[in-house]
Amino acid sequence: MDNGAAVMVRDLRKSYRDINAVAGLDLDISTGEVFALLGPNGAGKTTTVEILEGFRRRDQGTVSVLGHDPGRAGGGGRAGRAWRARIGIVLQLASAGPELTVLEMVAHFAGFYPRPRRPGEVIDLVGLTAKAGSRISKLSGGQTRRLDVALGIVGRPELLFLDEPTTGFDPEARRQFWELIRTLRGDGTTILLTTHYLDEAEALADRIAVIAAGRIVAEGDPETLGGRSAAAARVSWDAPEGERRTLQTSTPTRTVAELARQFGGEVPGLTVTRPTLEDIYLDLISATEKAADTTDGERS
Amino acid sequence: MTETTAEGRIQRDQAAVSLPSAWRLGAARGAIEVKAFFRDKMAVAFIFGLPSILLVLLGSIFGGQAAARGVTVGQLFTAGMIAGGIMSTSFQYLAIGIATERETGMLKRLSGTPIPPTAYFAGKVVQVLVCTVAETVLLVAVGMLFYHLHPPTEPGRWWTFAWVFVLGSAACALTGIAASSVPRSAASATPVITLPFTVLQFVSGVYVPFNDVPRWMGDVGSVFPLKWMAQGMRSVFLPEQGAALEPAGTWEHGRTALVLGVWIVAGLVLCAKTFRWQSRN
Repeated sequence: MDNGAAVMVRDLRKSYRDINAVAGLDLDISTGEVFALLGPNGAGKTTTVEILEGFRRRDQGTVSVLGHDPGRAGGGGRAGRAWRARIGIVLQLASAGPELTVLEMVAHFAGFYPRPRRPGEVIDLVGLTAKAGSRISKLSGGQTRRLDVALGIVGRPELLFLDEPTTGFDPEARRQFWELIRTLRGDGTTILLTTHYLDEAEALADRIAVIAAGRIVAEGDPETLGGRSAAAARVSWDAPEGERRTLQTSTPTRTVAELARQFGGEVPGLTVTRPTLEDIYLDLISATEKAADTTDGERS
Repeated sequence: MTETTAEGRIQRDQAAVSLPSAWRLGAARGAIEVKAFFRDKMAVAFIFGLPSILLVLLGSIFGGQAAARGVTVGQLFTAGMIAGGIMSTSFQYLAIGIATERETGMLKRLSGTPIPPTAYFAGKVVQVLVCTVAETVLLVAVGMLFYHLHPPTEPGRWWTFAWVFVLGSAACALTGIAASSVPRSAASATPVITLPFTVLQFVSGVYVPFNDVPRWMGDVGSVFPLKWMAQGMRSVFLPEQGAALEPAGTWEHGRTALVLGVWIVAGLVLCAKTFRWQSRN
């Protein structure tokens, strides 16, 4: 497996008037991995991704996407076209597109690329086979999103950008979409995913980065992100007096053994839990917000 | 490491070599644009139906009167409406179409693919040409059927027709591309573009014979291409004595070509300065 960097970002900065959208961001994505970027609205996710896609200019920093600077390769020149042919971008169409069928649209986009996937195969992959002959204007919201995905992957990209791809999907459609991502990953596609759904990141991503206030505040695989695996476990049980007791401990096994001795066997209502990815994520975000409040307080 | 870099470079070079040519992509864009246009019943009714119906209505209301010796008001309206029709396909439809593509994200999506911008614009040129030729043929047919319009027999008049058609539609298409940046949403694109276009048709002598347009309004109209296109079309389809109805008393071909040429240059500059692939929102 080639483990070269698909994406490399150092000290990326971008501000709009007096707002620092991205404030010194570093990022490394290896070839072949699924990388999830998590963060609240306004954290700088979209700005970062649009700079990587070549849609937005940066103020400062070094950016390399598949070995090219998107600030230059993002233009319309020949080098830019060759670079664009190697990336796929899934964008949401705000409303019905032109009066074309799903197959016509996918086949039209396939024609832009040097070695595209077969249109029928792509339509199959996103689960739109039954709608291949339907006008785009007649598709439901979820079906339109699938078409968006089809247009993003028809060029057989080495690197795929997915910005909140499953927003508005029903649970079944989401599961099908996850399968599609796993298929693409199996083909060796590098994927950068931004999402609001933590279960989605946990299910799909090899690595996760949490972005807050324009910076990466934590990075790691889903199991160990933010010290998750080392975090204290929570042991809870029903005390004989009837109230519920909870103990935070780094040695939950010993605690349970002691409880078992105390109760002389079964411990009523026993649970042992570790923080979920959501707990870790919310802790990280609120820590960043508190830090920001403190600096604001000092300034005023 | 060196090996993977070399491999990557070879892959890239192969991709560069086999990228589809801009010509082929331009033809593909043109085909898909034309197909999508003729399937859009609203657009077809709006672009082809409206000028034809207006021509029949206006011609029937005023058509009996003679504008001058040997010239009927019906012929005046037909020539003007041909100019208005050219502008509706090259300016109005193009501006609304690009504004909608920009605001719905279609332009951004295209700019994220390896299609060169030239191919996108080539597709627009094909679509505008097909629609403008169809529109002109339709309006000439209506004029012949209802208002004794005679297609010219002298080659000189056909030459005038050709350059007025080409310069006029080029000036309108370029200003149309520039005007597409004015609407801020897909929903507002149609009114924002259509309102000034409608006013322009009144002051340029399309809906009202130009010699009936109040002087100051005519002066405003004379700044824009449509008045000159209508005048050019009158010089093609009206008998020679019709020139007496023009403010200058002649067809002013030289000035017509000059004004249209200036608008082509101005349109190009405006396009280069204002064209954006993404919505400002």
